[in-house]
Amino acid sequence: MELLKENWTGKVREVTIGATPERGGTRTHTVTVGGETGLPFLHFEGEVPNPPRIAMEIWDTSPEEWPEALREPWADVLADPAAWARKCVEKCGADLIMLRLASCDPDRGNTGPAEAQAVVKSVLSAVGVPLIVIGCGDPEKDNEVVPAVGEAAAGENCLIGIAKQENYKSLVATCMVNGHNIIAQSPLDINIAKQLNILITEMGLTPERIVIDPMSGALGYGIEYCYSIMERVRLGSLQGDKMLAMPVIVFVGQEAWRAKEAREPDETAPAWGPQRARGVAWELLTATTLLQAGADIFVMRHPDAALALRRHIDELLMREEGVA
Amino acid sequence: MILIGERINGLFRDVARAIAERNPEPIHALALAQTKAGAHFLDVNTGPAVDEPEKVMGWLVRTVQEVVDTPICIDTMNVKALEAGLAAHRGRALINSTTGERAKLDAILPLAKEYGAQVIGLAMNEKGVPKDANDRTAIAMEIVAAADEYGISPQDLYLDPLILPVAVAQEHASEVLETLRQVRLLADPPPRTVVGLSNVSQKSKNRSLVNRTFLAMAMACGLDAAILDVTDQDLMDVVATANILLNKEVYCDSYLEVARRSHAG
Repeated sequence: MELLKENWTGKVREVTIGATPERGGTRTHTVTVGGETGLPFLHFEGEVPNPPRIAMEIWDTSPEEWPEALREPWADVLADPAAWARKCVEKCGADLIMLRLASCDPDRGNTGPAEAQAVVKSVLSAVGVPLIVIGCGDPEKDNEVVPAVGEAAAGENCLIGIAKQENYKSLVATCMVNGHNIIAQSPLDINIAKQLNILITEMGLTPERIVIDPMSGALGYGIEYCYSIMERVRLGSLQGDKMLAMPVIVFVGQEAWRAKEAREPDETAPAWGPQRARGVAWELLTATTLLQAGADIFVMRHPDAALALRRHIDELLMREEGVA
Repeated sequence: MILIGERINGLFRDVARAIAERNPEPIHALALAQTKAGAHFLDVNTGPAVDEPEKVMGWLVRTVQEVVDTPICIDTMNVKALEAGLAAHRGRALINSTTGERAKLDAILPLAKEYGAQVIGLAMNEKGVPKDANDRTAIAMEIVAAADEYGISPQDLYLDPLILPVAVAQEHASEVLETLRQVRLLADPPPRTVVGLSNVSQKSKNRSLVNRTFLAMAMACGLDAAILDVTDQDLMDVVATANILLNKEVYCDSYLEVARRSHAG
Protein backbone atom coordinates (compact mmCIF):
# COMPACT_ATOMS: atom_id res chain seq x y z
CA MET A 1 0.00 0.00 0.00
CA GLU A 2 1.27 3.42 -0.89
CA LEU A 3 1.64 5.87 1.98
CA LEU A 4 -0.11 9.15 1.14
CA LYS A 5 2.15 11.99 2.18
CA GLU A 6 1.49 15.67 2.52
CA ASN A 7 4.08 17.87 0.82
CA TRP A 8 4.33 20.94 3.02
CA THR A 9 5.98 24.05 1.67
CA GLY A 10 6.54 25.92 4.93
CA LYS A 11 8.38 25.26 8.17
CA VAL A 12 8.50 26.49 11.73
CA ARG A 13 11.15 29.15 12.27
CA GLU A 14 14.16 28.32 14.41
CA VAL A 15 14.81 30.37 17.52
CA THR A 16 18.09 30.13 19.42
CA ILE A 17 18.18 30.94 23.13
CA GLY A 18 21.37 31.68 25.07
CA ALA A 19 24.76 33.03 24.05
CA THR A 20 28.18 31.49 24.63
CA PRO A 21 31.27 33.67 25.33
CA GLU A 22 32.09 33.80 21.57
CA ARG A 23 28.73 35.52 21.08
CA GLY A 24 29.00 37.87 23.98
CA GLY A 25 27.25 35.79 26.64
CA THR A 26 28.33 33.47 29.42
CA ARG A 27 26.26 30.32 28.66
CA THR A 28 28.03 26.99 28.26
CA HIS A 29 25.78 26.16 25.29
CA THR A 30 22.74 27.44 23.42
CA VAL A 31 19.36 25.85 22.81
CA THR A 32 17.67 25.99 19.40
CA VAL A 33 13.99 25.14 19.02
CA GLY A 34 11.64 24.96 16.04
CA GLY A 35 12.54 24.16 12.46
CA GLU A 36 9.93 21.39 12.06
CA THR A 37 8.80 20.67 8.49
CA GLY A 38 5.80 18.47 9.31
CA LEU A 39 3.15 17.72 11.89
CA PRO A 40 4.46 16.52 15.27
CA PHE A 41 6.24 13.17 15.03
CA LEU A 42 4.89 12.32 11.57
CA HIS A 43 8.47 11.38 10.76
CA PHE A 44 7.58 10.12 7.30
CA GLU A 45 6.35 13.57 6.29
CA GLY A 46 8.75 16.03 7.82
CA GLU A 47 11.80 16.62 9.95
CA VAL A 48 12.26 17.51 13.61
CA PRO A 49 15.73 19.10 13.45
CA ASN A 50 15.58 20.25 17.07
CA PRO A 51 14.05 18.10 19.82
CA PRO A 52 11.38 19.54 22.12
CA ARG A 53 13.09 21.06 25.17
CA ILE A 54 12.35 21.08 28.89
CA ALA A 55 12.63 24.24 30.99
CA MET A 56 12.36 23.85 34.76
CA GLU A 57 10.40 26.57 36.51
CA ILE A 58 11.91 28.30 39.51
CA TRP A 59 10.71 31.30 41.49
CA ASP A 60 12.60 34.19 43.05
CA THR A 61 10.63 33.63 46.24
CA SER A 62 9.42 30.49 47.97
CA PRO A 63 6.11 29.53 46.28
CA GLU A 64 3.92 29.15 49.35
CA GLU A 65 0.84 28.30 47.32
CA TRP A 66 2.41 25.23 45.71
CA PRO A 67 0.97 22.04 47.21
CA GLU A 68 3.24 20.09 49.51
CA ALA A 69 3.69 17.31 46.92
CA LEU A 70 5.31 19.85 44.64
CA ARG A 71 7.31 21.70 47.31
CA GLU A 72 8.74 18.53 48.81
CA PRO A 73 11.32 17.65 46.09
CA TRP A 74 12.67 21.22 46.17
CA ALA A 75 12.32 21.78 49.93
CA ASP A 76 16.04 22.45 50.50
CA VAL A 77 16.35 25.07 47.73
CA LEU A 78 13.01 26.92 47.58
CA ALA A 79 14.45 29.96 49.32
CA ASP A 80 17.55 30.15 47.12
CA PRO A 81 16.89 30.59 43.36
CA ALA A 82 20.54 29.96 42.41
CA ALA A 83 20.65 26.66 44.32
CA TRP A 84 17.22 25.77 42.95
CA ALA A 85 18.42 26.37 39.37
CA ARG A 86 21.53 24.27 39.98
CA LYS A 87 19.42 21.42 41.36
CA CYS A 88 17.16 21.57 38.28
CA VAL A 89 20.16 21.12 36.00
CA GLU A 90 21.83 18.45 38.14
CA LYS A 91 18.73 16.48 39.09
CA CYS A 92 16.53 16.84 35.99
CA GLY A 93 19.03 17.69 33.28
CA ALA A 94 17.02 20.85 32.54
CA ASP A 95 17.70 22.26 29.06
CA LEU A 96 16.70 25.70 30.26
CA ILE A 97 15.79 27.46 33.50
CA MET A 98 12.52 29.43 33.57
CA LEU A 99 12.69 32.06 36.31
CA ARG A 100 9.42 33.63 37.41
CA LEU A 101 9.89 36.98 39.14
CA ALA A 102 6.93 36.32 41.41
CA SER A 103 8.20 38.47 44.26
CA CYS A 104 7.74 41.72 42.36
CA ASP A 105 3.96 41.21 42.37
CA PRO A 106 2.42 44.16 44.24
CA ASP A 107 0.25 41.67 46.14
CA ARG A 108 3.26 39.59 47.16
CA GLY A 109 6.68 41.04 48.02
CA ASN A 110 6.40 44.05 45.71
CA THR A 111 10.16 43.89 45.18
CA GLY A 112 11.74 46.24 42.67
CA PRO A 113 14.01 46.19 39.61
CA ALA A 114 17.22 46.05 41.66
CA GLU A 115 16.22 42.87 43.46
CA ALA A 116 15.14 41.30 40.17
CA GLN A 117 18.46 42.18 38.55
CA ALA A 118 20.35 40.63 41.45
CA VAL A 119 18.43 37.35 41.34
CA VAL A 120 18.82 37.04 37.57
CA LYS A 121 22.56 37.58 37.87
CA SER A 122 22.84 35.00 40.63
CA VAL A 123 20.96 32.41 38.56
CA LEU A 124 23.09 33.18 35.50
CA SER A 125 26.24 32.58 37.46
CA ALA A 126 24.89 29.42 39.11
CA VAL A 127 24.10 27.53 35.89
CA GLY A 128 25.40 27.42 32.30
CA VAL A 129 22.08 26.66 30.58
CA PRO A 130 20.16 29.45 28.78
CA LEU A 131 17.62 31.39 30.79
CA ILE A 132 13.94 32.23 30.39
CA VAL A 133 12.70 35.09 32.60
CA ILE A 134 9.13 36.26 33.03
CA GLY A 135 7.60 38.92 35.24
CA CYS A 136 4.87 38.50 37.82
CA GLY A 137 2.03 39.13 35.37
CA ASP A 138 1.05 42.58 36.63
CA PRO A 139 1.37 44.72 33.48
CA GLU A 140 2.61 47.90 35.15
CA LYS A 141 5.07 46.13 37.37
CA ASP A 142 6.34 43.96 34.53
CA ASN A 143 6.99 47.06 32.43
CA GLU A 144 9.19 48.36 35.24
CA VAL A 145 10.98 45.16 36.25
CA VAL A 146 11.41 43.13 33.07
CA PRO A 147 13.27 45.85 31.10
CA ALA A 148 15.67 46.20 34.04
CA VAL A 149 16.25 42.46 33.96
CA GLY A 150 16.80 42.60 30.20
CA GLU A 151 19.49 45.18 30.79
CA ALA A 152 21.16 43.18 33.58
CA ALA A 153 21.28 40.12 31.30
CA ALA A 154 22.33 42.04 28.19
CA GLY A 155 24.07 39.81 25.66
CA GLU A 156 22.84 36.55 27.23
CA ASN A 157 20.18 36.10 24.53
CA CYS A 158 17.52 35.13 27.07
CA LEU A 159 13.88 34.43 26.31
CA ILE A 160 11.84 36.98 28.22
CA GLY A 161 8.17 37.77 28.69
CA ILE A 162 5.37 37.85 28.74
CA ALA A 163 4.24 40.18 25.92
CA LYS A 164 0.51 40.47 25.26
CA GLN A 165 -1.50 42.43 22.73
CA GLU A 166 -2.33 45.06 25.36
CA ASN A 167 1.20 45.22 26.72
CA TYR A 168 4.19 44.43 24.55
CA LYS A 169 6.08 47.59 23.71
CA SER A 170 8.46 48.00 26.64
CA LEU A 171 9.23 44.27 26.66
CA VAL A 172 9.95 44.22 22.93
CA ALA A 173 12.10 47.32 23.30
CA THR A 174 14.31 45.69 25.92
CA CYS A 175 14.69 42.61 23.70
CA MET A 176 15.84 44.81 20.84
CA VAL A 177 18.25 46.89 22.88
CA ASN A 178 19.73 44.06 24.94
CA GLY A 179 19.61 41.17 22.47
CA HIS A 180 16.91 38.88 23.86
CA ASN A 181 14.01 36.84 22.49
CA ILE A 182 10.39 37.43 23.44
CA ILE A 183 7.43 35.31 24.52
CA ALA A 184 4.28 36.51 22.73
CA GLN A 185 1.14 35.35 24.49
CA SER A 186 -2.36 35.20 22.99
CA PRO A 187 -5.51 34.09 24.83
CA LEU A 188 -6.32 30.87 22.95
CA ASP A 189 -6.89 32.93 19.82
CA ILE A 190 -4.99 32.23 16.62
CA ASN A 191 -5.94 35.56 15.04
CA ILE A 192 -4.49 37.47 17.97
CA ALA A 193 -1.41 35.22 17.97
CA LYS A 194 -0.70 36.26 14.39
CA GLN A 195 -1.60 39.90 15.01
CA LEU A 196 0.74 40.16 18.00
CA ASN A 197 3.60 38.66 15.98
CA ILE A 198 2.99 41.33 13.36
CA LEU A 199 2.85 44.13 15.94
CA ILE A 200 6.13 42.94 17.45
CA THR A 201 7.92 42.71 14.10
CA GLU A 202 6.60 46.14 13.16
CA MET A 203 8.59 47.49 16.11
CA GLY A 204 11.67 45.99 14.47
CA LEU A 205 12.28 42.74 16.37
CA THR A 206 12.92 39.98 13.82
CA PRO A 207 10.49 37.06 13.70
CA GLU A 208 13.35 34.70 14.57
CA ARG A 209 13.26 36.19 18.05
CA ILE A 210 9.65 35.32 18.86
CA VAL A 211 8.36 32.26 20.71
CA ILE A 212 4.60 32.09 21.02
CA ASP A 213 2.56 31.07 24.03
CA PRO A 214 -0.89 30.22 22.66
CA MET A 215 -1.90 29.46 26.29
CA SER A 216 -3.05 26.09 27.43
CA GLY A 217 -5.22 24.48 30.04
CA ALA A 218 -4.45 21.33 31.98
CA LEU A 219 -5.80 17.91 31.19
CA GLY A 220 -9.52 18.10 31.90
CA TYR A 221 -9.61 21.89 31.62
CA GLY A 222 -10.19 22.57 27.94
CA ILE A 223 -6.99 20.98 26.67
CA GLU A 224 -8.79 19.79 23.51
CA TYR A 225 -9.39 23.40 22.51
CA CYS A 226 -5.75 24.30 23.22
CA TYR A 227 -4.73 21.33 21.14
CA SER A 228 -6.77 22.47 18.15
CA ILE A 229 -5.38 26.02 18.36
CA MET A 230 -1.81 24.72 18.45
CA GLU A 231 -2.52 22.32 15.60
CA ARG A 232 -3.88 25.22 13.56
CA VAL A 233 -0.71 27.22 14.33
CA ARG A 234 1.43 24.35 13.05
CA LEU A 235 -0.72 23.83 9.95
CA GLY A 236 -0.48 27.55 9.20
CA SER A 237 3.31 27.39 9.56
CA LEU A 238 3.53 24.42 7.22
CA GLN A 239 1.28 26.11 4.67
CA GLY A 240 3.71 29.00 4.54
CA ASP A 241 2.13 31.53 6.91
CA LYS A 242 5.35 33.21 8.01
CA MET A 243 3.69 35.34 10.67
CA LEU A 244 2.47 32.24 12.52
CA ALA A 245 5.52 30.05 12.03
CA MET A 246 7.06 30.55 15.46
CA PRO A 247 8.04 27.83 17.94
CA VAL A 248 5.62 27.33 20.84
CA ILE A 249 6.21 27.46 24.61
CA VAL A 250 3.73 25.91 27.05
CA PHE A 251 3.55 26.52 30.79
CA VAL A 252 2.60 22.98 31.73
CA GLY A 253 3.47 22.97 35.43
CA GLN A 254 1.56 26.17 36.07
CA GLU A 255 -1.62 24.76 34.53
CA ALA A 256 -1.40 21.17 35.77
CA TRP A 257 -0.77 22.11 39.42
CA ARG A 258 -3.73 24.47 39.32
CA ALA A 259 -6.07 21.53 38.62
CA LYS A 260 -8.15 20.18 41.46
CA GLU A 261 -7.04 16.65 40.60
CA ALA A 262 -3.41 17.62 41.26
CA ARG A 263 -3.99 19.77 44.34
CA GLU A 264 -6.50 17.83 46.41
CA PRO A 265 -4.69 16.25 49.40
CA ASP A 266 -4.92 12.54 50.22
CA GLU A 267 -7.25 13.09 53.19
CA THR A 268 -10.02 14.81 51.25
CA ALA A 269 -9.79 12.63 48.12
CA PRO A 270 -8.83 9.14 49.27
CA ALA A 271 -10.49 7.50 46.26
CA TRP A 272 -8.18 9.37 43.85
CA GLY A 273 -5.02 7.73 45.14
CA PRO A 274 -1.95 9.42 46.64
CA GLN A 275 -1.64 13.08 45.70
CA ARG A 276 2.04 12.92 44.85
CA ALA A 277 1.55 10.39 42.07
CA ARG A 278 -1.65 12.11 40.95
CA GLY A 279 -0.03 15.53 40.61
CA VAL A 280 2.96 14.19 38.73
CA ALA A 281 0.68 12.20 36.42
CA TRP A 282 -1.47 15.27 35.77
CA GLU A 283 1.55 17.37 34.82
CA LEU A 284 3.03 14.60 32.67
CA LEU A 285 -0.19 13.84 30.78
CA THR A 286 -0.82 17.52 30.16
CA ALA A 287 2.71 17.74 28.72
CA THR A 288 2.48 14.64 26.52
CA THR A 289 -0.80 15.87 25.05
CA LEU A 290 0.71 19.27 24.20
CA LEU A 291 3.77 17.48 22.81
CA GLN A 292 1.53 15.87 20.21
CA ALA A 293 -0.03 19.27 19.52
CA GLY A 294 3.36 20.67 18.53
CA ALA A 295 4.85 22.49 21.52
CA ASP A 296 8.61 23.12 21.49
CA ILE A 297 9.43 24.29 25.03
CA PHE A 298 7.80 22.68 28.09
CA VAL A 299 7.94 24.63 31.33
CA MET A 300 7.72 21.95 34.02
CA ARG A 301 7.58 22.02 37.82
CA HIS A 302 7.90 18.52 39.30
CA PRO A 303 11.21 16.68 38.71
CA ASP A 304 9.52 13.29 38.26
CA ALA A 305 7.15 14.67 35.59
CA ALA A 306 10.08 16.34 33.83
CA LEU A 307 12.21 13.21 33.85
CA ALA A 308 9.34 11.06 32.58
CA LEU A 309 8.62 13.61 29.84
CA ARG A 310 12.27 13.50 28.80
CA ARG A 311 12.16 9.70 28.47
CA HIS A 312 8.94 9.95 26.46
CA ILE A 313 10.44 12.52 24.07
CA ASP A 314 13.58 10.41 23.64
CA GLU A 315 11.47 7.36 22.79
CA LEU A 316 9.45 9.27 20.22
CA LEU A 317 12.60 10.64 18.60
CA MET A 318 14.31 7.23 18.64
CA ARG A 319 11.40 5.67 16.82
CA GLU A 320 11.81 8.41 14.29
CA GLU A 321 15.45 7.54 13.69
CA GLY A 322 14.55 3.85 13.42
CA VAL A 323 12.09 4.49 10.62
CA ALA A 324 14.09 7.12 8.80
CA MET B 1 -2.11 32.47 -6.06
CA ILE B 2 0.67 32.40 -8.59
CA LEU B 3 1.01 35.90 -9.96
CA ILE B 4 2.35 36.45 -13.48
CA GLY B 5 3.24 40.08 -14.29
CA GLU B 6 1.82 41.10 -17.66
CA ARG B 7 3.69 44.30 -18.32
CA ILE B 8 6.68 43.30 -20.49
CA ASN B 9 4.68 43.05 -23.67
CA GLY B 10 5.36 44.72 -27.02
CA LEU B 11 1.71 45.75 -27.12
CA PHE B 12 2.63 48.46 -24.62
CA ARG B 13 4.23 51.44 -26.35
CA ASP B 14 7.09 51.85 -23.87
CA VAL B 15 8.09 48.21 -24.32
CA ALA B 16 7.76 48.39 -28.13
CA ARG B 17 10.04 51.43 -28.15
CA ALA B 18 12.58 49.75 -25.85
CA ILE B 19 12.62 46.73 -28.18
CA ALA B 20 13.05 48.87 -31.28
CA GLU B 21 15.95 50.74 -29.69
CA ARG B 22 17.30 47.66 -27.86
CA ASN B 23 17.26 49.86 -24.77
CA PRO B 24 17.48 47.64 -21.66
CA GLU B 25 16.55 50.31 -19.13
CA PRO B 26 12.74 50.30 -19.45
CA ILE B 27 12.79 46.47 -19.42
CA HIS B 28 14.96 46.44 -16.29
CA ALA B 29 12.62 48.89 -14.58
CA LEU B 30 9.51 46.84 -15.40
CA ALA B 31 11.18 43.59 -14.30
CA LEU B 32 12.20 45.11 -10.96
CA ALA B 33 8.89 46.87 -10.32
CA GLN B 34 6.80 43.76 -10.99
CA THR B 35 9.08 41.52 -8.95
CA LYS B 36 8.88 43.97 -6.06
CA ALA B 37 5.10 44.01 -6.39
CA GLY B 38 5.00 40.25 -5.83
CA ALA B 39 5.16 38.65 -9.29
CA HIS B 40 6.17 34.99 -9.25
CA PHE B 41 6.68 34.96 -13.04
CA LEU B 42 7.18 37.76 -15.55
CA ASP B 43 5.32 37.39 -18.83
CA VAL B 44 7.52 38.43 -21.76
CA ASN B 45 5.97 39.05 -25.18
CA THR B 46 7.75 40.67 -28.12
CA GLY B 47 4.53 42.13 -29.49
CA PRO B 48 3.04 41.27 -32.86
CA ALA B 49 5.05 43.38 -35.23
CA VAL B 50 8.73 42.81 -34.67
CA ASP B 51 11.37 41.73 -37.15
CA GLU B 52 13.46 38.75 -36.10
CA PRO B 53 11.22 37.61 -33.20
CA GLU B 54 13.77 34.95 -32.18
CA LYS B 55 16.48 37.51 -31.57
CA VAL B 56 14.09 39.86 -29.81
CA MET B 57 12.83 37.13 -27.47
CA GLY B 58 16.36 36.03 -26.62
CA TRP B 59 17.32 39.64 -25.92
CA LEU B 60 14.24 40.27 -23.74
CA VAL B 61 14.80 37.13 -21.65
CA ARG B 62 18.48 37.93 -21.09
CA THR B 63 17.72 41.57 -20.35
CA VAL B 64 15.09 40.70 -17.72
CA GLN B 65 17.38 38.15 -16.07
CA GLU B 66 20.18 40.69 -15.83
CA VAL B 67 18.29 42.30 -12.94
CA VAL B 68 15.95 39.65 -11.42
CA ASP B 69 15.85 35.91 -10.82
CA THR B 70 12.08 35.81 -11.30
CA PRO B 71 11.32 33.08 -13.85
CA ILE B 72 9.82 34.13 -17.16
CA CYS B 73 6.57 33.22 -18.82
CA ILE B 74 7.67 33.11 -22.46
CA ASP B 75 4.68 34.41 -24.36
CA THR B 76 4.74 33.78 -28.11
CA MET B 77 2.95 31.84 -30.82
CA ASN B 78 6.20 31.56 -32.79
CA VAL B 79 7.92 28.24 -32.03
CA LYS B 80 11.37 29.50 -33.04
CA ALA B 81 11.05 32.55 -30.82
CA LEU B 82 9.89 30.26 -28.01
CA GLU B 83 12.92 28.05 -28.42
CA ALA B 84 15.22 31.07 -28.47
CA GLY B 85 13.63 32.29 -25.26
CA LEU B 86 13.94 28.89 -23.58
CA ALA B 87 17.58 28.61 -24.62
CA ALA B 88 18.35 32.03 -23.14
CA HIS B 89 16.44 31.40 -19.89
CA ARG B 90 18.06 30.68 -16.54
CA GLY B 91 15.92 28.57 -14.19
CA ARG B 92 12.51 27.03 -14.87
CA ALA B 93 10.46 28.88 -17.49
CA LEU B 94 6.73 28.80 -18.15
CA ILE B 95 5.73 28.43 -21.81
CA ASN B 96 2.82 30.60 -22.94
CA SER B 97 1.36 28.68 -24.74
CA THR B 98 0.05 25.70 -26.65
CA THR B 99 -3.54 25.16 -27.76
CA GLY B 100 -5.35 21.84 -28.05
CA GLU B 101 -4.42 21.56 -31.72
CA ARG B 102 -2.42 18.40 -32.32
CA ALA B 103 0.24 20.10 -34.42
CA LYS B 104 0.77 22.72 -31.71
CA LEU B 105 0.96 20.13 -28.97
CA ASP B 106 3.50 18.11 -30.93
CA ALA B 107 5.62 21.21 -31.49
CA ILE B 108 5.45 22.74 -27.99
CA LEU B 109 5.33 19.81 -25.55
CA PRO B 110 8.68 18.31 -26.66
CA LEU B 111 10.28 21.71 -26.04
CA ALA B 112 8.73 21.83 -22.56
CA LYS B 113 10.16 18.41 -21.85
CA GLU B 114 13.57 19.25 -23.28
CA TYR B 115 13.95 22.48 -21.28
CA GLY B 116 12.11 21.25 -18.17
CA ALA B 117 9.62 24.09 -18.56
CA GLN B 118 6.02 24.31 -17.39
CA VAL B 119 3.32 24.95 -20.00
CA ILE B 120 0.14 26.97 -20.36
CA GLY B 121 -2.50 25.14 -22.42
CA LEU B 122 -5.27 27.23 -23.97
CA ALA B 123 -8.69 25.58 -24.10
CA MET B 124 -9.13 26.21 -27.83
CA ASN B 125 -8.39 24.39 -31.07
CA GLU B 126 -8.50 24.95 -34.83
CA LYS B 127 -12.22 25.75 -34.50
CA GLY B 128 -11.49 28.65 -32.16
CA VAL B 129 -12.66 29.33 -28.62
CA PRO B 130 -15.53 27.08 -27.53
CA LYS B 131 -18.79 28.64 -26.48
CA ASP B 132 -19.41 26.63 -23.33
CA ALA B 133 -17.67 25.02 -20.39
CA ASN B 134 -18.08 21.43 -21.54
CA ASP B 135 -16.28 22.00 -24.84
CA ARG B 136 -13.52 23.94 -23.06
CA THR B 137 -13.07 21.09 -20.60
CA ALA B 138 -12.99 18.53 -23.43
CA ILE B 139 -10.07 20.38 -25.05
CA ALA B 140 -8.38 20.73 -21.66
CA MET B 141 -8.64 16.95 -21.29
CA GLU B 142 -6.94 16.48 -24.66
CA ILE B 143 -4.10 18.74 -23.53
CA VAL B 144 -3.72 16.82 -20.24
CA ALA B 145 -3.61 13.52 -22.18
CA ALA B 146 -1.07 14.86 -24.68
CA ALA B 147 1.12 16.17 -21.85
CA ASP B 148 1.00 12.75 -20.26
CA GLU B 149 2.18 11.19 -23.55
CA TYR B 150 5.22 13.45 -23.39
CA GLY B 151 5.83 12.68 -19.72
CA ILE B 152 4.75 16.08 -18.41
CA SER B 153 3.00 16.04 -15.03
CA PRO B 154 -0.45 17.70 -14.71
CA GLN B 155 1.11 19.84 -11.99
CA ASP B 156 3.36 21.42 -14.63
CA LEU B 157 0.38 22.24 -16.79
CA TYR B 158 -1.58 25.48 -16.47
CA LEU B 159 -4.90 25.26 -18.28
CA ASP B 160 -6.35 28.56 -19.46
CA PRO B 161 -10.11 28.44 -20.13
CA LEU B 162 -9.78 31.70 -22.10
CA ILE B 163 -11.75 34.62 -20.78
CA LEU B 164 -13.06 36.99 -23.47
CA PRO B 165 -13.85 40.69 -23.05
CA VAL B 166 -17.11 41.07 -21.18
CA ALA B 167 -17.92 44.12 -23.29
CA VAL B 168 -17.85 41.94 -26.41
CA ALA B 169 -18.71 38.37 -25.38
CA GLN B 170 -20.60 38.58 -22.13
CA GLU B 171 -21.81 34.98 -22.09
CA HIS B 172 -18.28 33.58 -21.70
CA ALA B 173 -17.45 34.66 -18.14
CA SER B 174 -19.77 32.20 -16.40
CA GLU B 175 -18.62 29.41 -18.75
CA VAL B 176 -15.01 30.15 -17.81
CA LEU B 177 -15.86 29.92 -14.11
CA GLU B 178 -17.57 26.58 -14.67
CA THR B 179 -14.54 25.35 -16.64
CA LEU B 180 -12.27 26.23 -13.70
CA ARG B 181 -14.37 23.96 -11.50
CA GLN B 182 -14.43 21.10 -14.02
CA VAL B 183 -10.74 21.16 -14.94
CA ARG B 184 -9.69 20.36 -11.39
CA LEU B 185 -11.34 16.96 -11.71
CA LEU B 186 -9.41 15.94 -14.83
CA ALA B 187 -6.39 14.44 -13.12
CA ASP B 188 -4.93 13.65 -9.71
CA PRO B 189 -2.91 15.66 -8.88
CA PRO B 190 -5.07 18.19 -10.72
CA PRO B 191 -3.68 20.39 -13.48
CA ARG B 192 -3.32 24.03 -12.49
CA THR B 193 -5.47 26.78 -13.97
CA VAL B 194 -4.58 30.24 -15.20
CA VAL B 195 -6.37 33.19 -16.80
CA GLY B 196 -5.13 36.19 -18.74
CA LEU B 197 -7.09 38.47 -16.45
CA SER B 198 -6.90 41.83 -18.23
CA ASN B 199 -8.60 40.36 -21.28
CA VAL B 200 -11.92 40.33 -19.40
CA SER B 201 -11.94 44.14 -19.22
CA GLN B 202 -10.79 44.98 -22.77
CA LYS B 203 -12.94 47.77 -24.16
CA SER B 204 -14.77 48.19 -20.82
CA LYS B 205 -14.98 51.19 -18.60
CA ASN B 206 -13.79 50.64 -15.00
CA ARG B 207 -11.18 48.16 -16.14
CA SER B 208 -9.59 47.66 -12.73
CA LEU B 209 -12.98 47.01 -11.11
CA VAL B 210 -13.95 44.48 -13.76
CA ASN B 211 -10.57 42.76 -13.38
CA ARG B 212 -10.71 42.46 -9.62
CA THR B 213 -14.34 41.36 -9.48
CA PHE B 214 -13.66 38.57 -11.94
CA LEU B 215 -10.46 37.59 -10.16
CA ALA B 216 -12.33 37.14 -6.86
CA MET B 217 -14.97 35.03 -8.60
CA ALA B 218 -12.33 32.91 -10.35
CA MET B 219 -10.38 32.41 -7.12
CA ALA B 220 -13.55 31.09 -5.51
CA CYS B 221 -13.74 28.55 -8.37
CA GLY B 222 -10.21 27.36 -7.58
CA LEU B 223 -8.07 29.48 -9.93
CA ASP B 224 -4.36 28.84 -9.28
CA ALA B 225 -2.63 31.55 -11.32
CA ALA B 226 -3.30 34.73 -13.28
CA ILE B 227 -1.48 36.90 -15.73
CA LEU B 228 -2.30 40.35 -14.43
CA ASP B 229 -1.15 43.83 -13.49
CA VAL B 230 0.72 43.15 -10.25
CA THR B 231 1.24 46.87 -9.75
CA ASP B 232 -2.54 47.43 -9.39
CA GLN B 233 -2.72 47.75 -5.59
CA ASP B 234 -6.51 47.35 -5.44
CA LEU B 235 -6.22 44.13 -7.39
CA MET B 236 -3.47 42.80 -5.14
CA ASP B 237 -5.59 43.65 -2.09
CA VAL B 238 -8.33 41.47 -3.56
CA VAL B 239 -5.86 38.58 -3.85
CA ALA B 240 -4.88 38.98 -0.18
CA THR B 241 -8.51 39.23 0.96
CA ALA B 242 -9.67 36.29 -1.14
CA ASN B 243 -6.88 34.19 0.41
CA ILE B 244 -8.36 35.00 3.80
CA LEU B 245 -11.96 34.32 2.74
CA LEU B 246 -10.97 31.01 1.16
CA ASN B 247 -9.23 30.07 4.44
CA LYS B 248 -5.87 29.77 2.77
CA GLU B 249 -4.35 32.11 5.32
CA VAL B 250 -5.14 32.84 8.95
CA TYR B 251 -7.01 36.10 9.48
CA CYS B 252 -5.54 38.85 11.62
CA ASP B 253 -6.33 42.55 11.77
CA SER B 254 -3.14 43.47 9.92
CA TYR B 255 -3.40 40.88 7.14
CA LEU B 256 -3.51 43.52 4.40
CA GLU B 257 -0.45 45.38 5.70
CA VAL B 258 1.41 42.08 5.90
CA ALA B 259 0.45 41.15 2.34
CA ARG B 260 1.54 44.56 1.07
CA ARG B 261 4.74 44.46 3.09
CA SER B 262 5.69 40.97 1.91
CA HIS B 263 5.20 42.07 -1.68
CA ALA B 264 7.29 45.15 -1.05
CA GLY B 265 10.07 43.11 0.46
